[in-house]
Amino acid sequence: MLAGKQTLSHLEQREAESIHILREVAAQFERPVILYSVGKDSSVLVRLAQKAFHPGGIPFPLLHVDTSYKFKEMYEFRDQFVNEIGAKLIVYRNEKALAENANPHDLGTRRCCDLLKTQGLLDALKEGNFDAAIGGARRDEEKSRAKERVFSFRDKFGQWDPRNQRPELWGLYNGHINPGESIRVFPLSNWTELDIWTYIHVEKIPVVPLYLSKKRRMVVRGDQLIPVQDATSLQSGEEGQDVVCRFRTLGCTHCTGAVKSTADTIPGIVQEMMVVRTSERATRIIDHDAEGSMETKKREGYF
Amino acid sequence: MPNATLSEIDAFLERNARSTLLRFSTAGSVDDGKSTLIGRLLHDSKNVYEDHLRALQAVPTEGADSNELPLALLTDGLKAEREQGITIDVAYRYFSTPKRHFILADTPGHEQYTRNMATGCSTANLTILLIDAEHGVITQTKRHAFIASLLGVPRLLITVNKMDLVDYSQSVFNRIKEDFLGFAGKLGIRELRFIPVSALRGENVVTSSGLMPWYKGETVMEYLENVYVAGDTNMVDFRFPVQYVIRPNPNYRGYAGQIAAGAIRVGEEVMVLPSLRKSRIKSIDTRRAGSERSQVEEAFAPMSVAITLEDEIDVGRGDMLVRTHNVPRIQSQFEAMLVWMSDVPMDPDKPYLIRHTSRESKIFIDAINYKVDVNTLHRTTGTPLQLNEIGRVGLTAAKPLMLDSYRKNRATGNFILIDTATFHTVGAGMILDSLPQELLPLGQGATELMEQGRVSTNIHPEEGAITKEARESQAGFRAVTLWFTGLSGSGKSTIAKGLERKIFTEGRPIYRLDGDNLRFGLNRDLGFSRKDRSENIRRAAETARLFNQAGISVICSFISPFKADRDRAREIIGADSFIEVHIDSPIEVCESRDPHGLYSKARAGEISEFTGISSPYEAPLNPEVSVRTDQHSVEESVNIIYVYLQKSTSL
Repeated sequence: MLAGKQTLSHLEQREAESIHILREVAAQFERPVILYSVGKDSSVLVRLAQKAFHPGGIPFPLLHVDTSYKFKEMYEFRDQFVNEIGAKLIVYRNEKALAENANPHDLGTRRCCDLLKTQGLLDALKEGNFDAAIGGARRDEEKSRAKERVFSFRDKFGQWDPRNQRPELWGLYNGHINPGESIRVFPLSNWTELDIWTYIHVEKIPVVPLYLSKKRRMVVRGDQLIPVQDATSLQSGEEGQDVVCRFRTLGCTHCTGAVKSTADTIPGIVQEMMVVRTSERATRIIDHDAEGSMETKKREGYF
Repeated sequence: MPNATLSEIDAFLERNARSTLLRFSTAGSVDDGKSTLIGRLLHDSKNVYEDHLRALQAVPTEGADSNELPLALLTDGLKAEREQGITIDVAYRYFSTPKRHFILADTPGHEQYTRNMATGCSTANLTILLIDAEHGVITQTKRHAFIASLLGVPRLLITVNKMDLVDYSQSVFNRIKEDFLGFAGKLGIRELRFIPVSALRGENVVTSSGLMPWYKGETVMEYLENVYVAGDTNMVDFRFPVQYVIRPNPNYRGYAGQIAAGAIRVGEEVMVLPSLRKSRIKSIDTRRAGSERSQVEEAFAPMSVAITLEDEIDVGRGDMLVRTHNVPRIQSQFEAMLVWMSDVPMDPDKPYLIRHTSRESKIFIDAINYKVDVNTLHRTTGTPLQLNEIGRVGLTAAKPLMLDSYRKNRATGNFILIDTATFHTVGAGMILDSLPQELLPLGQGATELMEQGRVSTNIHPEEGAITKEARESQAGFRAVTLWFTGLSGSGKSTIAKGLERKIFTEGRPIYRLDGDNLRFGLNRDLGFSRKDRSENIRRAAETARLFNQAGISVICSFISPFKADRDRAREIIGADSFIEVHIDSPIEVCESRDPHGLYSKARAGEISEFTGISSPYEAPLNPEVSVRTDQHSVEESVNIIYVYLQKSTSL
């Protein structure tokens, strides 16, 4: 069914709901921050925030929790994008862990992620004294997120307890907290991957070029296609090869796999999505570490 | 569309962006095959990713047919739940077909059921209710239908599942349908549909069944794709709760919010509630998805917009814009159906926070009129609600609220209650019409009476009234309320009279209210039950507030033994104008005075619930003034209070 006069399409309804949520954050909290990961969902989130407070600016800073192992293209895109929209960007790195040479080769992906992302995020939120952190996570990404609230309560240690979440009815979001507690806010909860791309298309939102296909230097490891950044990317016996591919999600270079693809435009990506029937997180290595690993990470404070 | 051309994809994107949304919830337990039905909907409409399917195939299942995928696992989320084999929370699923996009709130079927189902139903256009064909309509079916109707879900789709186990029998289906209709007629659900299915075998879920030729209707998916839901939003009564004020520069003041109901155009006259000030819509700022324009001429629910007004008037979060001739009730007292959502039972003696649209206030639960047993639908006596219990309650908020009944407007008729200490969301409420339907005389035009009820309760404070501040400044004194609390015989009345005389002499307008003079008139319908005592105090506080508004200070002399009641009086009168005075004396001294012989009667058991003897006195923890009448004379006590009043209220 197509939307008629005085009805909103699903995409407009999703947009209106997300804007409502962003404004609730501005009204209910003293120090909110947008967690900006440089990915496509972050780009959509920022566009929605621009709309929510137009003609004013976005009343919160963007926070990028940087592991230092992101793609070069992501850093370039980030700096240009933030500059263009005139937002305030805070970059946080877990310098202590990096000084002790935290890296995925020596620590393993799990431990590396704990230190640089999870701990980095918690430290950054604490340092900034932020009472609300707005993220681009969607419920359709992963099973443990299907039950996540839009306003997700975190205790004094930044931890998430699935049994201690507030019921969320209608469009009423309860952001009351005691000192030290905080709320993670997910304005894109009800969006799907297809919605994100459709919105990027109709709104002409810029995204990191890594999402689009081109010939890239890669190594094939099991089911995964891993980018070759430098000599450390290769394990013994492995060899790099040129593959026409793109990234469905963007994380750190060591932990983000690509997919073989010829989609070099946004409509091309959408077309591919109609055919490719694997979930986007299938290319994220951390999700496969152990059964229910995402849920375990969330309890500890990962997004 | 593997080989689609770019223009075909553009056309697809265009169509995809414009297709509509259906939100639905499911009800039924694991045994009814609910998870299997959802899994089947997702699987047969090609909404399951291959890696998820592979993960599913890797799951060992006990005793299941190897050809039948454990589809139920597609919707079972958290680890803990998988271990326990039950789902314990609301899980949201997203899928789409070329015709429509869907958001499914999947609610589980065990202990915390009512709370979860209420959550899932709160935003649903329809609820799918499963009935096991082998068991027919059971207690649980009725409970689910009742909760869906309570939450105002406009339509129920009843899927009679496991038809394969009853040989796809038409008579079984028809009997279940009749049973359900016999019971559901009372619930007032707008639309009911019945479809016979086998979720396990995929009959009538996405594709029509060849095994039930007697059923000519739509499959579940066909119904979901085609049912018309745009009429679910109230498009008549314009309601715009202000969420946030956008003020990037001195020339722009935009009231940001999501239109809860109705539509509005630039140039139309609107009224701001609760201030009742009028203005016109100057602009509606929003950029619709894909549009280049940043303003629209007309906006409608549920659009998120920013509205600017022609006139500079004070509008903030919690206010509401409405049309001047279509206003909600502006009241602080109302009735509602309430679902209790917390492990901690309701405490009628303490205040909660209410969130209603974007407005918040402290609120008291005055009365629990009755509870509804969700299994029998019988009414039981009103005791404080426990987790998952539903009751009809009376509430009094500290601030006026702009109320629509949930029946007329789902978007502005709902609210949540929040605990003031833990800040947990503890209750979810649905506002009732101003006159209880069952109290209306039979045979008369109920709607007409309801309208009269609306009008008579819809009292608007006069615009342009002389303010309290203006009156105070003319009199040269601030108008405050001195609230005397203390045991019977502590000396409240004596001191109050002395103080009143002293203040009167000074020239400050003053009046004295006490329990006796109010109980002869205004409060003569009240007794001495806990509830009536609270109401006595509430009316006294309201009366004092009116006097204060008129520029006249008041001495209220009431035993007022309960802290909650005094706190509410402080809320009503306003903390700035409220001075709590503890007239303190040990009970032995009071009892020895016993001016009216009440203590001896209470001791003899002739008076029940007598404060200090058979009912508690909660002394103020932090009164502004406290006098010990066993240590100070009447004159000294009067002076102590008088000095405090002089110091704290000089203009």
